[in-house]
Amino acid sequence: MDHHTYSTAGRRELQMARSMCWHCQSEVSGEYFCERCVKVQPVSKELDYFTCLGFPRRLTIDQRQLEGKFYELSRAFHPDFYQNKSVAEQTISLGNSALLNTAYRTLRDPIERVEYLLDLEAGAVKEIRNSPPADLFEEILELQDTLSEYRSVGRASDTESALRAKLQSERNRLEQRQRDMEAALQQLFVQWDRLQDRGEATDQARAERVRIMKQMRENLSNRTYVKNIVSDLASTIG
Amino acid sequence: MARIVGIDLGTTNSLVAYMADGRPRVIPGRHERTMVPSVVAMTDNGLIVGDPAKEHLTRSPERTVYSVKRFMGKSLEDVQGELAYFPYHLTEQGGVIRIRLGEKTYSPPQISAMILKELKLRAEAHLGESITKAVITVPAYFNDSQRQATKDAGMIAGLEVLRIINEPTAASLAYGLQQKTQGTIAVYDLGGGTFDISILKLKDGIFEVLATNGDTHLGGDDFDRQIADLVVKEIREQHGLDLNAYPDHMQAVRLEAERTRIRLSDELKTTAMLDLPETKGRYSRDLTRDQLESLTMELVERTLGPCRLALKDAGLTSNDIDEVVLVGGLTRMPLVRRQVQALFGKQPHCELNPDEVVALGAAVQADILSGGTTDLLLLDVTPLSLGIETMGGVMSNLIRRNTTIPASAKEMFTTYVDGQTGVDIHILQGERELVKDNRSLARFRLKVPPLPAGVPRIEVTFLIDANGILNVSARDVRTGDTQSLAVKPSYGLSDDEVERMIGESFKFAADDLKARQLIEARTEAEAILMATEKALKQGAHLVTEEDLSSIRAAMAAVEAAKSGTDHKAIRAKMAGLETATHHLAEVLMDTSLKEALENKKLSEIT
Repeated sequence: MDHHTYSTAGRRELQMARSMCWHCQSEVSGEYFCERCVKVQPVSKELDYFTCLGFPRRLTIDQRQLEGKFYELSRAFHPDFYQNKSVAEQTISLGNSALLNTAYRTLRDPIERVEYLLDLEAGAVKEIRNSPPADLFEEILELQDTLSEYRSVGRASDTESALRAKLQSERNRLEQRQRDMEAALQQLFVQWDRLQDRGEATDQARAERVRIMKQMRENLSNRTYVKNIVSDLASTIG
Repeated sequence: MARIVGIDLGTTNSLVAYMADGRPRVIPGRHERTMVPSVVAMTDNGLIVGDPAKEHLTRSPERTVYSVKRFMGKSLEDVQGELAYFPYHLTEQGGVIRIRLGEKTYSPPQISAMILKELKLRAEAHLGESITKAVITVPAYFNDSQRQATKDAGMIAGLEVLRIINEPTAASLAYGLQQKTQGTIAVYDLGGGTFDISILKLKDGIFEVLATNGDTHLGGDDFDRQIADLVVKEIREQHGLDLNAYPDHMQAVRLEAERTRIRLSDELKTTAMLDLPETKGRYSRDLTRDQLESLTMELVERTLGPCRLALKDAGLTSNDIDEVVLVGGLTRMPLVRRQVQALFGKQPHCELNPDEVVALGAAVQADILSGGTTDLLLLDVTPLSLGIETMGGVMSNLIRRNTTIPASAKEMFTTYVDGQTGVDIHILQGERELVKDNRSLARFRLKVPPLPAGVPRIEVTFLIDANGILNVSARDVRTGDTQSLAVKPSYGLSDDEVERMIGESFKFAADDLKARQLIEARTEAEAILMATEKALKQGAHLVTEEDLSSIRAAMAAVEAAKSGTDHKAIRAKMAGLETATHHLAEVLMDTSLKEALENKKLSEIT
C-alpha cells in the first residue's frame, strides 16, 4: 500500500519530543527509546493505534506490512527481553506490549479497524441512529415470524417442507445481501482513503467525509442485524 | 545472570532441562533416567519423591500421592466425580484441596513443590551450582487459578518462577530450534492428565500462537482407567472379589493398566497380569490393540472437538496447517496418531522424544529470558475469556480468549447510591453467558470516597501478563490516586498462606534431607550386597573359611542396618563389609589379572 503522501512520522516525533525521558530527563527524540540513555519509553496512552503501529489513518492496510511492524515492535517491547532490566523498565515493557497487542488486534480485522476509526473520527457524526432501516426491519420481523412458525409445526409435514423451502430461499437472499454489503464497505474504504490522500480542507471535502462515515456506520449496523438473523436461520434449518 | 532452568512439571513425570552451547539438554538422574515420577510418598522416615516414592504406590497407597496436577487450582467440588479413583484422602480448606498424609494435610502446590525441589536438587548436583530461578510449563488450557497454583508451588520450593509457559508452545520452541521451521503448525499435546491443541505461525524467529484449546481433565489417567475398570469388573465376575476394598491392589491394577497400554503401542497383543488378594491366585487376561482402541476411541474423539475449535478461532482450515507436531506420552498410541493424521491430513512429526520435548522447550525459553537466545520470541495467547459479573448474573467480557498476551482492558466504575463507599467486583474466566457457568477467579471490593451517586470514577485495569496470570489495579480518575487491591482468589492460596508454606518448607527441609540420605544409603547398601554376592559366586573358593564367615557376618550387619532408619549406621556397616571383603577383592583382581595376562600370552603366541 502506498502511504508516502502522508507523514505520521512527523506528528509522532512531535508528540514524543514534548516529553522527557523518565530516566535521564533529557528530551526524548528517539521513537521508542531515549537516544541518550537508550531506556525504553512508555508509549503514550493518547497515541492512536494507527500511529502506534506507524500507519496513516487509512482503511486499506497491507496485512504483511502490518504484521512485519507488529513483529518488529514486539521484539522491541516484549517482557521476555526485559528480564535483566530495572523494575521501571519491566513495567513500561509490559504496558507497551499490552498496548501494541491491542493495537495490532484492532487494525488486523477490517471491521474492528473501521469501527475504531469511526470512533476516532466521530466528532460530527455521533448522532447516527442505531436501529435498522424500515425495510430491513420489516423483513427481519417477518422472517422471525416464519422461523417461530417453522419451529412449532410437526416434523415431516407438508407445512414444514413448504416453510423450510421459504426459509432456505430467504437465507440465500440474505447471504447475497451480506456479500453486497461487504463489497459496498470495501468501496467506502477506497473512497475514504482517496479523500484522505487528497488532504483537502474545503467544505465540499468535509461534507464528503461526513457522508462516507455515515454510510460506513449504517453498513456496519445493518451488517450486525443481517449476520444475527443468518446465524439464527443456519442453526434452525441447518 | 544466574542460570535459569526449564521445568516440565507433569501429571505423571517431571523433568528439568538447561541450555548449553545453544542446545537444550535434559538433566539425567541416577541410572541416566531423565524422568522423575511425579509421586510423593509419606514414609515412616519422612517424605520421599520420584522413583523410590513410586514403589510406595502399592505398599502404602493411602499415603502416596500421584497425579497431583489434576488438583492444582481446584476445589473439592470440581473433582467430585473422580474422588473414588484416588486412594489418598482429600479434604478442602478455603476453596483449596488438601491432601492428608499421615498427621498433616498438604495443598497441591505444596506437594508439587516437593517434586520441584527434587528437580532442583538434581539440577544442582548435575551443574554443581545453586539453582534459584526457573521457567515452569503448564497446559495451555490452564486457567488463572491453576497457573497461580503452579507459581505458588515454585515459590514454596525456593524457586523464583520467572515465567509460566504453555506446554505446546514450549514444544514448538524445541522443534523450531531444531528444524528452523516456517509456516503454520499445529501442536497436539496429549499427556498424563491434560490435553492441549495450539495453532502457531512461525516466521523469522517469531512464534505467534493464533489459537489454543484443550481439556485440562483428559489424559493418560483416563485411558488407563478404561482398562482398569475392565479388569476390576472381570475380577469381580470371575473371582467374586471387589478390588475396591483393597487400595493396594487397586494401585497395582492402575499401574498394570498403564504398562499394558504402553506395551500395546508397540505390540498387537499383550497380557495383563495381577496377583489377587486373599490367596485367590492370579488374574491374567490377553488384550489386543484393537480391544484397547475400542475401549479408548471415545476419549481420543474427545480431543478432536477442541482441535476444530482452535482451527476455527485461528480462522483456518486443516488445509492451512503445514506441519503437525505430537507431544506427550499418549501420542505414542497408534490410534491417536491415526486420528490426528485423519483430522489434519498430514503425517505428524514425532522426531523429538514426546516425553522430553516440553522440558527442552522450557530450557530454550529460560535461555531467552537470561538473554542468551535473542533471535526467538514467543507470542502466546490467553486460552480463556476474562470478564466481570454484571447485573442479572451475566458475564461481561473484557479480554477475549486467544488474545495475545500481555493483554489489558480498562473498565470505569461508579456508584448508584449517594455516599456509597464500595463497589464489589467479581472476576470470571470462561466462555459461557452466565456467571454460574464460568470459573470464578477472584472477588474484591473497590473502595470509593463517599460522594453523590455517579460522581466517583474509578478506573480498574485488568492486565494479563506474559505468564497468563491476571493482575488488577485501580485508579481514582478524579484524584489520580492509585488504590491497592486485596484480591481474594476463589480457588487459590492467599499470599499469607504461600508465605507460611515457604516457611514450613524450610522447617521440613531438615526432615526431607534425612529421608533422602536414608534412601540413598539403602540403595547403595543394596548395590554393595549384590556386588558381594556376585564376588562370592566367583571367588568363594579362593579365600579362607575365616574370611568367608566374616564376610557373611558383615553382610548380615548391613542387611540389619538397612532395615533401620539411621543412614549413618548403614554407612558404617557398609564400611565394615568393605573391610571384610578386602582380601576377596584382591584375590579376584589377581585372578582376573592373571587370566588377562595368560590370554595375552596366548594371543602373542598364536
